[in-house]
Amino acid sequence: MSTNDEVLQQILDIVKPMVPKDGPAVTADLDLVNDLGLDSIKVMEILETLEDGFDISIPINILPAVRTVNDLAVEIQNLIGNE
Amino acid sequence: MIVSIFDKFKKLAEARQAMEENHSDFFNIVMDKIISATEAVVNGRPMLLAGTNNYLGLTFNKECIEASCRAVEQEGTGTTGSRMANGTFAGHVALEQELSDFFKKKTTILFSTGYVANLAMLSTIVGPGEVILLDADCHASIYDGCKLGGAEVVRFRHNDTADLEKRLKRLEKRNTNVLIVVEGIYSMMGDQAPLAEIVSLKNKYGAYLIVDEAHSMGVLGENGRGLAEQANVEESVDFIIGTFSKSLGAIGGFCTSNHQELDMIRFASRPYVFTASSASSAIASTRAALQVLRSQPEFRQHLWNNASKLYQRLEELGFSVGPEPSPIIAIRYKDMDEAIAVWNGLLDHGVYVNMVLPPATPDGGVLLRCSLSAAHSSEQIETIGNAFASLTSSQS
Repeated sequence: MSTNDEVLQQILDIVKPMVPKDGPAVTADLDLVNDLGLDSIKVMEILETLEDGFDISIPINILPAVRTVNDLAVEIQNLIGNE
Repeated sequence: MIVSIFDKFKKLAEARQAMEENHSDFFNIVMDKIISATEAVVNGRPMLLAGTNNYLGLTFNKECIEASCRAVEQEGTGTTGSRMANGTFAGHVALEQELSDFFKKKTTILFSTGYVANLAMLSTIVGPGEVILLDADCHASIYDGCKLGGAEVVRFRHNDTADLEKRLKRLEKRNTNVLIVVEGIYSMMGDQAPLAEIVSLKNKYGAYLIVDEAHSMGVLGENGRGLAEQANVEESVDFIIGTFSKSLGAIGGFCTSNHQELDMIRFASRPYVFTASSASSAIASTRAALQVLRSQPEFRQHLWNNASKLYQRLEELGFSVGPEPSPIIAIRYKDMDEAIAVWNGLLDHGVYVNMVLPPATPDGGVLLRCSLSAAHSSEQIETIGNAFASLTSSQS
């Protein structure tokens, strides 16, 4: 099973190339939409990549609770734990 | 500091402002005068309409108009009430029976729009602890219905049955109800669901299946019953959802099923209970349109002739069209300015098509979306093709 840090690092690795070149450095506490400028399509792409990476299905019901990279990591960790 | 409730719209307002400054037409398309199912005066200019979802061209059908006028005269302009109160007229009940007969199903429920049909069904038929597996390209009304209900919602990649099976497999050990949701023809790209394969997975994993035939009713199948009929899997589809605002040329929606329990939706679904029922005029024209759909298959044939002809022409011209010929022909653009230039060019040539901007598009690009009609003449299809041809220098 992946640790919290591993999950977080994997998400950071996926998110970094998606952020506009003139955007801020990606850190766990930044807001995916407001700080990193990701739109809903990019967020869905991130979820699909994570689903493949961790071999899980991510319900879109988690999205209202996800604002930051760290929030996403927490949700993914919960899903991995439940699998 | 407390921000204004309107601050959240700032980005949207800026984007709109930029569009207004450079491309003011986009937000200001007004149909000044509707001349026929395929022609209008738009912002003062005569226009050939190639983006109306009016697949059979029945909005100006004589029988439909007469039926609608009679209903207004006899029953008034509106029902002023919910189906659960004073809003069930004899016409609503008759149309439900006629749709059950057409689809060969035991029961049918009408809704006030196709959007409401999806809102009602998706929010109610499954709930907490149950799972919806929906195709990623499903319409916003399906997503909104999911959001309104309490079920867990998981997307699978568009038309990817291997991805669907992977997700069904993961759910096996949960021992819960799973509802798969797909569309007959997808509204943006005009492609069809691989329904026979999806049905086989549905049966293998014991799931339920909804097919939204909004864009395929009247368009696919020997009798116009949609993709389920064409794929010969009608018996295996649990719920068919549809709309009256496309092939049937009015407004309204429905769900039909062999599960008699569908009737309980009338009592359990808030979008059914807490809205006014459709006006008699819409119900009457829909009933007439359903008869035309059933009795005049030549409309469907003519629609497909038009669709194949334009699809082939645009493909030959080098436009990036969707994956298969369809009455919905969408051209993808990565660059918004380029798409807008072609869209404006078409308007200058007197042709209106839909321009669809992200996030309403499947892959974040921009679409110029044509939807064809049985009412288009061969000459009009030629004119649409010629307008695109004259703009080939500006397409990708």
